Amino acid sequence: MVNEIIKAEQLKKYFPVQKSFLEQLLTRKPSYVKAVDNVSFSIKKGEIFTLAGESGCGKTTTGRLIVRLLKPTSGEIHFNDEDITKFKGEKLRLLRRKMQIIFQDPYASLSPRMKLGDAVGHPLEIHELAEGEEKKKMVLDVLHKVGLTPPEQFVSLFPHQLSGGQRQRAALARSIVLKPEFIVADEPVSMIDVSLRTTIIDLMLDLRKELELTYLFITHDLAVAKYISDRIAIMYLGKIIEMGSKESLFLNPLHPYTQALLSAIPVPNPERKRKMIELSGEVPSAINVPSGCRFHPRCPLARFECIRKEPELVEVERDHSVSCLLYWNR
Amino acid sequence: MSENKIKSVLARCIPGLTSLAKKGPSGWMIIVGMVIVLGLVVMTAIGPWISPYNPSASNVGPSIAPPNSQFLMGTNVLGQDMLSRVLCGGSIMLQVAALSVLICFIMGVPIGLFSSYIGGFVDSVFSLVMDALYAFPGLVIAIAIAAMLGPGIINMSLSIAVVYIPTYFRIVRSQVLSIKELAYTEAARATGAKWHTILFRYIFPNVIPSIVVVTTINFADAVLTAAGLTFIGLGVSIDIPDWGLDLTKGRELLASGAWWVITFPGIMIILLALGFTFIGEGLSELQNPKLQR
Amino acid sequence: MPLLEISSLAVDYRTSRGTVHAVEDVSFSLEKGETLGLAGESGSGKSTLGLSIMRLVPYPGIIAKGRIKIDEKDVLELSDENMRSIRGRKVAYVFQDPMISLNPVKRISAHFTQLIITHEPKTKKEEAYGRARDILKKLGILPERINDYPHQFSGGMRQRIMIGLAIALNPDLVIADEPTTALDVIVQAKILDLLESLRKIYGMALVLISHDVSILLERCDKIIVMYAGHMVEYANSTELYKNPKHPYTQGLLKSIPNIELVDQKLSAIPGSPPNMLHPLKGCHFLPRCAYANEKCSVKEPPLVDMGNNHFVRCFLDEEGANGE
Repeated sequence: MVNEIIKAEQLKKYFPVQKSFLEQLLTRKPSYVKAVDNVSFSIKKGEIFTLAGESGCGKTTTGRLIVRLLKPTSGEIHFNDEDITKFKGEKLRLLRRKMQIIFQDPYASLSPRMKLGDAVGHPLEIHELAEGEEKKKMVLDVLHKVGLTPPEQFVSLFPHQLSGGQRQRAALARSIVLKPEFIVADEPVSMIDVSLRTTIIDLMLDLRKELELTYLFITHDLAVAKYISDRIAIMYLGKIIEMGSKESLFLNPLHPYTQALLSAIPVPNPERKRKMIELSGEVPSAINVPSGCRFHPRCPLARFECIRKEPELVEVERDHSVSCLLYWNR
Repeated sequence: MSENKIKSVLARCIPGLTSLAKKGPSGWMIIVGMVIVLGLVVMTAIGPWISPYNPSASNVGPSIAPPNSQFLMGTNVLGQDMLSRVLCGGSIMLQVAALSVLICFIMGVPIGLFSSYIGGFVDSVFSLVMDALYAFPGLVIAIAIAAMLGPGIINMSLSIAVVYIPTYFRIVRSQVLSIKELAYTEAARATGAKWHTILFRYIFPNVIPSIVVVTTINFADAVLTAAGLTFIGLGVSIDIPDWGLDLTKGRELLASGAWWVITFPGIMIILLALGFTFIGEGLSELQNPKLQR
Repeated sequence: MPLLEISSLAVDYRTSRGTVHAVEDVSFSLEKGETLGLAGESGSGKSTLGLSIMRLVPYPGIIAKGRIKIDEKDVLELSDENMRSIRGRKVAYVFQDPMISLNPVKRISAHFTQLIITHEPKTKKEEAYGRARDILKKLGILPERINDYPHQFSGGMRQRIMIGLAIALNPDLVIADEPTTALDVIVQAKILDLLESLRKIYGMALVLISHDVSILLERCDKIIVMYAGHMVEYANSTELYKNPKHPYTQGLLKSIPNIELVDQKLSAIPGSPPNMLHPLKGCHFLPRCAYANEKCSVKEPPLVDMGNNHFVRCFLDEEGANGE
């Protein structure tokens, strides 16, 4: 059990919908955006676990819940077997040393008015771990690790003097300077040039080996997910609808949504005539979630019971679970 | 000031100036504005030494004499030399402008920072108060407060400051609200920074650029409002040479054709306000998103 | 007679910090009904190229050199008024971000009717309205929604509306600039399918601009790869895929994950995107090229015709290889 560095149990995050004054008077029931609705998973130490799905599925919110940037509406989060859901104050601050997050937009990840050296070294200051010469040394060391060399040159630069890829590396440097055990990476390469993405991804993989990190990787790009992940969970409208090892998911996608998703990914081969699975309609709003199985309005294989019964994640083969009534009676 | 100090100050300014000049017409505007403002400040500072006559001394010349070789800007009703009055008359205006901007800044910025960062009920309350203040025409409030408090530099500054605090509040608040959502603020939280660290190390430095622009416009407005207050008699006492005062006096003389009493101080006021406005406009133009790729 | 013919086009941005040569020496042609993909990353100039075809390059951009011929007429010589009548009617543009490209205070019907009536003044309002409904049907949007406002539609639907506006006047050429970048993969596939089906119905040519080379390889007949404002490779898609000649193209293809391959080894192109304010002498790709030699730093390589409609801008040896 100690092998699981992160365990999320029945996480829910509902955002209250802002209503106008009149609406508040007239309607009784408050409505919520059910961004994350009963999500459970665990991440093994040293693995790269990916949350994948389209926009609005709740993956970004889940990532922020795990690092406690948001408070869950209900559910529990365990870090190294310790329940961190209700951590506050000093306990939470100490926890932050061990979990970090890097964001999608390299242009917004760094304060435009802070020199790189100050930005990367600031976590050390916050936690009073090092100062002066020692802090400088640690900053140089970590800049070197992420490939911003010579580090002495980068320390005094401002973010606008760097390219997008370099800024993302700087953000990575800042996240590892506290020597964390776990990093949430929220779409770290989607705003970076395609030809440079692999450098960042490979860097993350190298850092994993060197610093014994575990990653929660969030992405909408399944091709990238295939390249980097050990295990993947596909989310739809706030729920995990399929989860398993990378191999099992890509070789044998079970959920109709996963199948449709995979069939929609462009293949860079002009001679391949891809057959896309058609999904009707669009992703519904997370405020009025469809009854029963959330996917039923768009599912090409939907049956009558899908409107009424909500499926749960069920393990269908080794390390491969799916939440779909098609597989319930096996 | 020793020569070396002046040299070092200049040494630091020159690269700044040249880079400003390179930035095109906006940069030029800033430089022109700074030259005007600096020029007027220096002129007012050394005014007492370079004025040909004592500006407050009456009857140094004939009453209401038009501009001539002896009195380059003519004289007013008391026989005072207008040129001397113009050279020395900026001091009150500049003091009032500087003081009111200072008060505004010290009050508006921190309230804006805290209110928007805390959010919720506190923020709603402050916003309501500020919006109410903002709804009034500036000059009307300034007049009301000046009338209550009476004449004097500090009172004038206060009445002008009150008018402008909501502007600072609003600008700071809108900046903070958007910066609060940016990734680097979230990153700071994720690293365990406490709220005051986030506010002062991450948010405030990024709010400063927008405040600077408001400050310069604030100066310009303060100058004009101070002139306005003096014009209607709510300014300072009569003894000190003041552009605003001369404006008032000059108005009465306009009908009789003595245009020079009101014109020259008026031009100075406009110049001062213009100088600040140039700086502010130039700065705000520079800060607009430039060529984006 | 090609529909679109571009010769030696150069577009500059004259900024206070210096001149950026966003597009340099681009030449290609497009036949009726063909699809052309413009591939490239930051600083490639692909968007500027797309805009220049419609003479929509924003200030301080300026078309410095070259000719753009649409149906044999050089559009650079047209007056503003004549150019305006071509825009929308002969050539249409689909902008990248549908969120900001639609007028939030105008109903969708108004978007369409105003467009139609402006270009075809004799059209009656009811007729324009009817045509708009027809187009919505083809777009897969319920015609009853024609009186809704843009904010009532999702991102994917808004992009469809943008496409609908582009094809409303039955243009000969549609230029779509990153039409799917802001969209999810399923919606993206649907949009691209829609473009394809409309293309078949109306017979129009399509220029598809994207940083996602996979899309272009899948859907375009020909592809131009842009780097630092230059055309570095220009070929039919299959030829480009099977036989990429330019080191940048090769690197690019090796860096795209292919979901159908089992154990794919991805690689990246070393270095950083080109600095367009301070361009290098010689080949712009030099700092990142594995095959570079002294020739490459002296002057820019010429566009070499490899036969089979395949052009490469590189100093190749006699066998047409990159050399070592």
